[in-house]
Amino acid sequence: MSVRAFIIFVLLPITSWAQGYAGLGGSAEGFTRPVPGYSFQFPMDHGPHPSYRIEWWYLTANLKDAEGRDYGIQWTLFRSALKPSEAEGWQSPQIWMGHAAVTTPENHYFAERLSRGGIGQAGVTADPFEAWIDEWHMRGDDLNTLSLTANGSDFGYDLKLAAQGPLVFHGDAGYSVKSADGQASYYYSQPFFAVEGILHLPDQDVEVTGKGWLDREWSSQPLAQDQSGWDWFSLSFDSGDKLMAFRLRGDRGDFTAATWIDSNGQTMPLPDGSVMLDPLESTRVAQRDVPTRWRVSLLDHNVDVEVSALTPKAWMGTRFEYWEGPVTVSGSHAGRGYLEMTGY
Amino acid sequence: MNRPAVHALLSHWRAHPLQLMTLLTGIALATCLWSAVQAINTEARASYDRANAQLAIGQFDELRASGSLIPLSRYSELRRAGWQVAAILEGRLRADGRSVRLMGVDMVAYPALPAISQIEQSADAPNPADMLTAPGRLLMSPKLAPLFQSADGFPPVITSTALPPDLVLTDIGVAENLLNQPGQISRLVILPDQPRGVPPLSEIASDLQRITPSTQLDTAQLTDSFHLNLSAFGLLSFAVGLFIVHGTVGLAFAQRRGTIRTLRALGLPMRNLIWIGLSELLLLALIGGVFGLVLGYFLAGALIPDVAATLRGLYGAPIDGQMSLRPRWVAAGLAMATGGTLAASGHALWRLSRMPILAGPGLQAWGGGKASALITGMCGLALLAAGAIAYFTFGGLIAGFALLAGVLTGAALLLPLLLSAVLALFIQRAKTPVSQWVLADMRAQLPGLSLALMALLLALAANIGVGTMVSSFRLTFTGWLDQRLTSELYVTAADDTQAADITEWLAPRVSAILPIRSTELAHETGPLFLYGIVDHESYRLNWPLIAEGPDVWDNVLNHGAVLINEQLARRADLWPGDTVAITPEHILQIAGVYSDYGNPTGQAIVSMPLLNQIAPNTETRRFGVRVAPDQASDLVQSLRAQFDLSPTAVVQQAAMKARSMAIFEKTFVITSALNVLTLGVAGFAILTSLLTLWTQRLPQVAPVWALGLTRAQLARLEVLRSVLLAALTACLALPLGLILAWVLLTIINVQAFGWRLPMQLFPGDWLALFLLTLAAAVLAAALPALRLLRLPPAALLRVFASER
Repeated sequence: MSVRAFIIFVLLPITSWAQGYAGLGGSAEGFTRPVPGYSFQFPMDHGPHPSYRIEWWYLTANLKDAEGRDYGIQWTLFRSALKPSEAEGWQSPQIWMGHAAVTTPENHYFAERLSRGGIGQAGVTADPFEAWIDEWHMRGDDLNTLSLTANGSDFGYDLKLAAQGPLVFHGDAGYSVKSADGQASYYYSQPFFAVEGILHLPDQDVEVTGKGWLDREWSSQPLAQDQSGWDWFSLSFDSGDKLMAFRLRGDRGDFTAATWIDSNGQTMPLPDGSVMLDPLESTRVAQRDVPTRWRVSLLDHNVDVEVSALTPKAWMGTRFEYWEGPVTVSGSHAGRGYLEMTGY
Repeated sequence: MNRPAVHALLSHWRAHPLQLMTLLTGIALATCLWSAVQAINTEARASYDRANAQLAIGQFDELRASGSLIPLSRYSELRRAGWQVAAILEGRLRADGRSVRLMGVDMVAYPALPAISQIEQSADAPNPADMLTAPGRLLMSPKLAPLFQSADGFPPVITSTALPPDLVLTDIGVAENLLNQPGQISRLVILPDQPRGVPPLSEIASDLQRITPSTQLDTAQLTDSFHLNLSAFGLLSFAVGLFIVHGTVGLAFAQRRGTIRTLRALGLPMRNLIWIGLSELLLLALIGGVFGLVLGYFLAGALIPDVAATLRGLYGAPIDGQMSLRPRWVAAGLAMATGGTLAASGHALWRLSRMPILAGPGLQAWGGGKASALITGMCGLALLAAGAIAYFTFGGLIAGFALLAGVLTGAALLLPLLLSAVLALFIQRAKTPVSQWVLADMRAQLPGLSLALMALLLALAANIGVGTMVSSFRLTFTGWLDQRLTSELYVTAADDTQAADITEWLAPRVSAILPIRSTELAHETGPLFLYGIVDHESYRLNWPLIAEGPDVWDNVLNHGAVLINEQLARRADLWPGDTVAITPEHILQIAGVYSDYGNPTGQAIVSMPLLNQIAPNTETRRFGVRVAPDQASDLVQSLRAQFDLSPTAVVQQAAMKARSMAIFEKTFVITSALNVLTLGVAGFAILTSLLTLWTQRLPQVAPVWALGLTRAQLARLEVLRSVLLAALTACLALPLGLILAWVLLTIINVQAFGWRLPMQLFPGDWLALFLLTLAAAVLAAALPALRLLRLPPAALLRVFASER
């Protein structure tokens, strides 16, 4: 996934300090920049890269209960570096932000956590793997079997994740270009998680099963100066194939990219312009119009589908606001997935 | 018809400019004092709100470790257990000889601070990276900024008006460096939204004390009594101001009766007349109200620095000492002015509406019947009783004020009846016809003068009461300072190391060095400052104990007992023989209670070894030095030279006392100012009442003149009457004032400040006040008497010819 979220310097406690998502186009002075041809080292690269400005561990899952009702969950840990270094205690310039959400057909629950590095309140270790902020965590011996937990004041979840396929790399073997100017990030995913566990909803606990998708991405300058937001899709078709697609909206026109992932984890990167993402219908949410029904077409793979939000009001009213929620897919292919939209 | 009528009625003011001035002054004075007090209170409350919002005092629970700081690891543990807490590290920051509070907040985890929101919304919002990484930024009010901008060694300054004036706010990472307390936390604020399923704090943080807002020291709550005090004074001044309005409006309508009769005879309906009168009053009220607001604004501006100093000194409450013009305040002031004017003039308007069409100026223009005096008296008695019942039933500060209000208004309402009774007694004793006439005439005039006399009574009682309180306090306070400040020098070292060097240097040169070591603990009644003392006769001989058990000093110094201050004793109702939990592990026997004026917080004293046991890391930077008084100055010089100490680091006893007394004087400066103003207003009220009566008195004076008394004699009698009434009122005001003083000292002060003072009497002050009152009465009667003296005999004769 891409530029997802955010960024920020964003993480900043101070809302208006970030001049919207456009702030992502800020300079990357002193930070390491992604370059093509990077050779990923695991498990080390599952851990943090403090010399890059931003980084995230981003998990979404489409789930069902015994009655077949749809649910979605999000668990995200963002890292944002104020300076390209690490230090002890409160002196650490690394800022961590956690977002968690549960979406039901009727409601959207979310929570947010903030911390700085260096004090043990939040962080990521690669081996054994653990990503945590406060009592939220995603951990396991390695990235293949994970336990996942998060809580808000009125919701929470405890889930088990088991990878049933390989890691997949986007763009040029994990080097994902974000603009015509060459802004890029390192980007890989584990889109093959089987998920089971319990959602804690305000009125009851629900046992659920489903599929999860983890994104790992880090960069130092993910957006071009003119880019103000993005629409990002992760779709799992009933055929077993998957599609990751995003559109970065800019003054100079949109930039799109996508990855076709077949059921074995074989990937095919799709360059700018291959995937067509067209809004069909908007929903008024949080005083703005957000497209919640889309037409997604990919001529190369005969994909022409309609993507609809399970819950159009899945607005993340966090310090940096965006829309993130589960979607259903119909048309040439049926399936489920997640949609993220920022900058509206 | 209306236009000429308006012209005719308004021409009165052209003919009587002094009266117009008086009326406007009355309205303006009432509005001014009331509005000034309101403005002061509003500013102060706005300051508290800012401070409280900043510090989250009174909003959220907090966790503290008794007697020590909380290590960073405890914070992370609590967070990892799910508890949403925000870390705060506090300390004092010294710049240019001044010490201010530094508050370091974890700005990442606790971003909702109002000061931050304000700064981030400003045009030149700082980069978060600058705020959170070295050297960081210091946030402070614009007033504090120059201090830190000019000094070396501090991070760059960002100003925000949302911050209290005595606080420097910064990120905790910056604070730990400035305070040299890396990885330490003073307190943890428990944020309002906690996630589901967190383990109970009693399980995971049994070593920390949870303090709920109700037991924290809440500035607003603490200072409420002070503001209630001010409000009461404002209201009193307002009431007294309205007496003037009442007098002047009555006079104006009485003098215009001829005009009114003519207008009505010409066919002007009463309804129009009432409307014209009402509009005139409204207009005057608005003009006077605007004047009053302008005056009030400047008065408040002049007083607020002293009020700010008082509140800072007494409660540690932060006030900006700056005024801002608030629309609501203007609206409220004008509403008070018009409402008050109409209320004070209602009587005159009502009488106007009832006036028979051809009625002349009545003999008893102001007269109320005997029945009405009785009813007023009954009301007075009822109010007295209600006040007493309220006090004995409810208790507390509000009940104390209810008692005061009941006693004051009740006594005021009883005044006419009492004066009438006294005069009746005099009449029985009076031998000569003239004296009988004078006394009977006075009695007849009482209803017209009673409001002004009530105003005088209240003003005098307030003066005596408040004066007694302040003087009692001053006497007690001075004596207490002498007892408390026994060391000849007070030294504050930069740190423990320097303190040790100084002690070593001083040891052979002085008779004793008394360390002053204290630490702040969290106690259920609020912050508690624990002091340690060494065994020295300075304490045994001088310490001001107000309650003590047997062998008090041996118990404290050798047997682990504790002394507590009066504030803590009264707040928690603890007295010698009881025990107090200084920390959960240290439950100590109370050996004695000492007075501790001018301090809002609880305090306790234990022996030095016990302090070390309870709070081992207490710093040793301050100490008192006993030395022969004649060597003190020389020692100060050489001490400063030897250790390069700033003037504030070594203070002589005399300077310390002077500083304490200065704080004390400021505490009551506003009270005294309002006091004097109230008395002035009351004198003015008598003048206007006498002037009003004057126009109606000719028919009564004329026959006496015709019987052979000269105008000079009549004028003297006029002055004598005023003086006699004022004197009688002053005599009645004395007991009332003493009751007021007693209530202030034994009820209000205990509730408001937490200390009780012995009441002392100051007859010299009373005599001065009495003479002042008589002088005011002479002055007030001088103008009518002068008029009488200059009255052409023809005018007196005309009474017999035309008016009857």
